[in-house]
Amino acid sequence: MAKGDPGGTTRGRRAAPRSRKSATGNPELVQLLTPEGERIDSVTGPDGIEYRVDFTDEEYRGLYRDLVLVRKLDAEATALQRQGELGIWASLLGQEAAQVGSGRALRTQDMAFPTYREHGVLYCRGIDPIMPLGLFRGVDQGGWDPNEFKFNMYTIVIGAQTLHATGYAMGINMDGKTGTDDGEAVIAYFGDGATSQGDVNEAFVWAGVFNAPMVFFCQNNQYAISEPLERQTRIPLYQRAAGFGFPGIRVDGNDVLATYAVTRTALDNARHGQGPSLIEAYTYRMGAHTTSDDPTRYRIASEVEAWQAKDPISRVKAFLEKQQIADAAFFAEVDEQARRESVHLRERVLAMPNPEPVTMFDHVYPNGSPLLDEQRAQFSKYMESFEGSAH
Amino acid sequence: MATETLTLGKALNTGLRRALENDPKVIIMGEDVGKLGGVFRITDGLQKDFGDQRVIDTPLAESGIIGTAVGLAIRGYRPICEIQFDGFVYPAYDQIVSQVAKMHYRSRGKLSIPMVIRIPFGGGIGAVEHHSESPEAYFAHTAGLKVVSCANPQDAYVMIQQAIASDDPIVFLEPKRRYWEKGPVDLDAPLADAYPLHSARVVRPGTDVTLLAYGPMVRTCLDAATAAAEDGRELEVIDLRTLSPLDLSAAYESVKRTGRAVVVHEAPSNIGIGAELAARITEECFYSLESPVLRVTGFDTPYPAARVEEEYLPDLDRVLDAVDRSFGW
Repeated sequence: MAKGDPGGTTRGRRAAPRSRKSATGNPELVQLLTPEGERIDSVTGPDGIEYRVDFTDEEYRGLYRDLVLVRKLDAEATALQRQGELGIWASLLGQEAAQVGSGRALRTQDMAFPTYREHGVLYCRGIDPIMPLGLFRGVDQGGWDPNEFKFNMYTIVIGAQTLHATGYAMGINMDGKTGTDDGEAVIAYFGDGATSQGDVNEAFVWAGVFNAPMVFFCQNNQYAISEPLERQTRIPLYQRAAGFGFPGIRVDGNDVLATYAVTRTALDNARHGQGPSLIEAYTYRMGAHTTSDDPTRYRIASEVEAWQAKDPISRVKAFLEKQQIADAAFFAEVDEQARRESVHLRERVLAMPNPEPVTMFDHVYPNGSPLLDEQRAQFSKYMESFEGSAH
Repeated sequence: MATETLTLGKALNTGLRRALENDPKVIIMGEDVGKLGGVFRITDGLQKDFGDQRVIDTPLAESGIIGTAVGLAIRGYRPICEIQFDGFVYPAYDQIVSQVAKMHYRSRGKLSIPMVIRIPFGGGIGAVEHHSESPEAYFAHTAGLKVVSCANPQDAYVMIQQAIASDDPIVFLEPKRRYWEKGPVDLDAPLADAYPLHSARVVRPGTDVTLLAYGPMVRTCLDAATAAAEDGRELEVIDLRTLSPLDLSAAYESVKRTGRAVVVHEAPSNIGIGAELAARITEECFYSLESPVLRVTGFDTPYPAARVEEEYLPDLDRVLDAVDRSFGW
């Protein structure tokens, strides 16, 4: 796995900006890499902040590697679902840049609160991609310690995790862990649909009044299952932040460089005590909501094609090729690594055992429950009553 | 010094103070809990002494209170959340049922949410709607939550501290109409030696009928037992104290002696705590029962207007009427 931090510190030769373009176009959208692979040196956002990245060639290649690997592993999971090995899968197809850009912007000490689609962020946290697959296979419900990985368990109830993130960020303040470069920050992931939830709006209120060191990272992928953005909002989502008293900004969510720059800045502002902000990563869910969904019922092919032209990976590849940062051998090697890792993932998914039925009684309460113990004992006895059967 | 006479409300306040003193990770969150000391003054003076980082006046949104407390718990804090009134807990219901209750399970035991959700519950104070409800069945029905209720100042003082010290998420139901009732509280007895939190207790021994109650109805049942004694009937009163998990060993032992059981609660009867008690007692004490387990409860209506709540709430006469019916079976 490519685990290099492609930003922040400088290692090796810096890639000089090889193409420049003024920040024209949509002033509401921070973009540093066009769909055609043209590099924009820097952009001053509507917030007055100048956004830029200063990556080495190696770091650019690292981001490309992340994007390809994340897409390939996601495709493998979709295939596993089609073959009946996963019960369901929520694909991130199309959202790779939003997740890799923001995921790589996190510093080690930062805490992430994902939805159920942040497989790319998980990967960038250095977490084994097998970890969430038990949930989708139906052999567990997550089962990891959020504090061990600085990555909360997947949350399926829409928007609920934004409050958890806010509380966690309040705790950072209470622990006095802001105000320096080593300060901690939190990122809360959610989607455009979630912005209609009460919990998300309450999280905005709380984060504002308690000056919580956090970033609300909204991947606006244009759809909440079948419902388009227009069913959730009358105004651009990032503008909601103003009503809650903190900055909001829209970034091209298919541009890994811009997403990285905007997220890194917002997180650093938060860790230095400047409070919350909202990032709207403008992107598109290329696939279905989940493998149970049929998007042809609610969106037209031409729309999907238009977004296909803004693909987050091809633009990085075009840039790397044009600037001769990577050659054919590199691309082939990345593809080969992706193939290898997806095969490895598949093998391990197939090897996941079903849990013993009696384990359903485990971990309901930290201190246990006599009534539950009784029920477990009755269940075990019942199961044992089947002659010659282990279960 | 050891034993003082306190109201139930003051006993809770003193217990909360002890918890804040003993563990710097304990925090209190809720609406009006700081400067005001809570609408019932249960947190009176705590923000003044422990600061606004530990006794936090929150924005007015119950889901936000519980949801942010989950995050604080993940961070290592032990939040005590006050829900101002029973009828206002429902906006937080999703966070309580889907998040608080399930985090430990979802994490396969790697994460605990040591949260106490304090809810003043029940009627009898002449309030407008939404201020007199008994939502315990909703929470007791939910795996992953524990639910307790105190009925006297001594228990209030001890049980609140036990709940805070527990790693389980606990819904702590406070009988609001008993907040002002006084009783002796031993302030010096070590918590480690206290009567276990999730244990029922016989509060009045008797031989003829077993009354099962919790929270505000324990006092009602004790009064009924006093009245019945004048008529020559000895009612045994059991304070359940814990609604999830239920502790029914004392109840089974009692019903096997008396042969009769009456469950009393303010909550409506339909699919309520009383139904669960009746089922379990019937299963465990079937051959000892002289009559079916009877229930005296609030009616299956929304909580009514205050001017008729005395007729809605179980009282001494309705309890004694059920005792008569048990004997008349």
